[in-house]
Amino acid sequence: MLLKELTEASGVSGNEKEVRDLIISEIKDYVDSYKIDRLGNIIAYKKGKDIGKKIMITAHMDEVGLMIKDIDKDGFLKFMTVGGIDKRILVSKPVLVGKDKLPGVIGAKPIHLQKPDERTRALNIDELYIDIGARSKEEAERYVSIGDYVIFDSEYVEFGEGLVKAKALDNRVGCSLLIKLIKEIKDLSFYAVFTVMEEVGLVGAGPAAYEVDPDYAIILEGTLCYDMPKLDTHLIPTYLNKGPAISLIDRTTIYNKDFRNKIVEIAKKNNIPYQFRKTSMGGNDSGKIHTTREGSITATISVPCRYIHSPASVMSKKDYDSTFALLKEILYQFEREEI
Amino acid sequence: METKVFLELLSNSKGVSGYEYPLQDTIISAFSKYLDNVSVDKLGNVIGFKKGTYKDNNVKIMIAAHMDEIGLMVKDIEDNGFIRFTNIGGIDPRTILGQEVIVHGVEDLFGVIGSKPPHLQEPSEHNKAIKMEDMIIDTGYPKEKVEELVNIGDPITIRRNVKNLLGNRIAGKALDDRAGVAALYECMKELNKIQHEADIYFVTTVQEEVSMAGALVSSYKINPDIGIAVDVGFGATPELPISTTIELGKGPAITLGGNIHPNLRKKLVDIAKEYNIPSQVEVTPGPTGTDARAMQITRDGIPSLLLSIPLRYMHTSVELLDVEDVRNTGKLLAFFVASISNDNLEGLLCY
Repeated sequence: MLLKELTEASGVSGNEKEVRDLIISEIKDYVDSYKIDRLGNIIAYKKGKDIGKKIMITAHMDEVGLMIKDIDKDGFLKFMTVGGIDKRILVSKPVLVGKDKLPGVIGAKPIHLQKPDERTRALNIDELYIDIGARSKEEAERYVSIGDYVIFDSEYVEFGEGLVKAKALDNRVGCSLLIKLIKEIKDLSFYAVFTVMEEVGLVGAGPAAYEVDPDYAIILEGTLCYDMPKLDTHLIPTYLNKGPAISLIDRTTIYNKDFRNKIVEIAKKNNIPYQFRKTSMGGNDSGKIHTTREGSITATISVPCRYIHSPASVMSKKDYDSTFALLKEILYQFEREEI
Repeated sequence: METKVFLELLSNSKGVSGYEYPLQDTIISAFSKYLDNVSVDKLGNVIGFKKGTYKDNNVKIMIAAHMDEIGLMVKDIEDNGFIRFTNIGGIDPRTILGQEVIVHGVEDLFGVIGSKPPHLQEPSEHNKAIKMEDMIIDTGYPKEKVEELVNIGDPITIRRNVKNLLGNRIAGKALDDRAGVAALYECMKELNKIQHEADIYFVTTVQEEVSMAGALVSSYKINPDIGIAVDVGFGATPELPISTTIELGKGPAITLGGNIHPNLRKKLVDIAKEYNIPSQVEVTPGPTGTDARAMQITRDGIPSLLLSIPLRYMHTSVELLDVEDVRNTGKLLAFFVASISNDNLEGLLCY
């Protein structure tokens, strides 16, 4: 299954090769051309009807993770975070280190030896380390180098009523949707762009947008979901199982109102569930894309993901399917030149 | 079965304190191969018996390791199906955020422990640990379905399979004290190759993490001449002072202190030296907080010993140990119990 392969692949920002290779093997027979640019973005072109406007659909390939920065005298590995990770979710987790995915664990001080007030304080990154079972620095150095990337050790699991648990759903869910669009859309010309290093400052998207120079861009994402009970509804950014989340505003973009209204209209007309992303927190590749060259009109459409940026993020297959249905309709409207 | 394979099997199995029964069959079938008799008592302790070579009035030695593990318990079900929970045994709430769990309801349910995401917290909250009462378990089912499958009070375990690390080292959950159970297994395999006069009782105890209830009642029933507990000890890591820890790969720690019979302890140290088995010292002046404590004060008192297998990150789901230490613990136990006879016991117990 593609989403399983995509989420289990290793692709921390700046180290997207495994994900990129997987995507290329999936799309190469369905696109008219593709290239890997100087930053590592995949820029693919699919030829269909030319409507006189350039359409670009993007998804970032990278995920948050860790990077080894030191091996201490006893063979323990110290690390930095790559992208936004809440330090509190790292404790007591298995990880995979380096290209060969060497297993390791991030441990914690036994509760028996803690003072009661220690338990109320979050552990800092500098206090954490990875234990690969090495008996010495020399042994660790045979397997690990400074600069090695680290991913969460977390398998793809389907559970509950149509839910999926995996690491890196942000944003392999977007990659998976874009791959599916490439395979299924035949009647419209569009650019499909898989970007690098979104999680460390939207690095890949700018140069990719410069190259493509789109009129319209749709950014596909996995986004924040926090649908806890007994919470004021205005505090809930998105709900699971209520369909694709359409962005209004975030830290990087105020989204074009006309394009957004058109998308809402399409959803309504086709009975596709949708919701608005009700927070201005976060940002995505749209921030770079809508301001590149002479600018472009962008929209972000996201699949809601609980526990995002953790080893166990959760999404709904129903949301995935309705997001795909909405995207397909949007492209159909472009083809009929109604946008 | 290879001891390492048995330990992996035990670590991957589920058995929170008070709910150890899922482990019974695994332990009984493994122990039966090497023992004369294996039974289960009223509280769920598994008691294995191996007859000594001496016929009448045999010395009785009990070796105990606890089979229960720390875990969680269902407390409430929210309107959207999320489960609220509490802990069974000592759990640092910082070690469970973002973990995958199994809720042991009518059927086993997969779940994820979540909380408010950092983006929605005040910046001042970021340096605080998230409290257990602010966490939820997401099973992906609506309330009606969860209520059908889950009851208040159902136990919950962390979903974790053993990770094989470099060398002989492994990481996983519940190695405290399934490592002790594996050491008992290694011991009985070794005893099958050598003669021993004493009758040996191998007990995998219940509820050590909450009350030591299993050790209390099983040692009362067996009334052994010597009680030996096999548990885990704090493995050395950078954040812990060297004086409170023992080192991985350097063999079992032989505990010293008020809970331990001094002459028997000396004999244990001598046996380790004689057979060239690495061992280290662990110092606990008062009660040890292990089954050895329960045994010591059972009936009119039982001379007790404690062997600790070095283990890092105790009470997390990534407890880490060196399997060689488990094997050495089993071997030392075997040579020690084989050295006890009806003739020398009296002298050893003299103060």
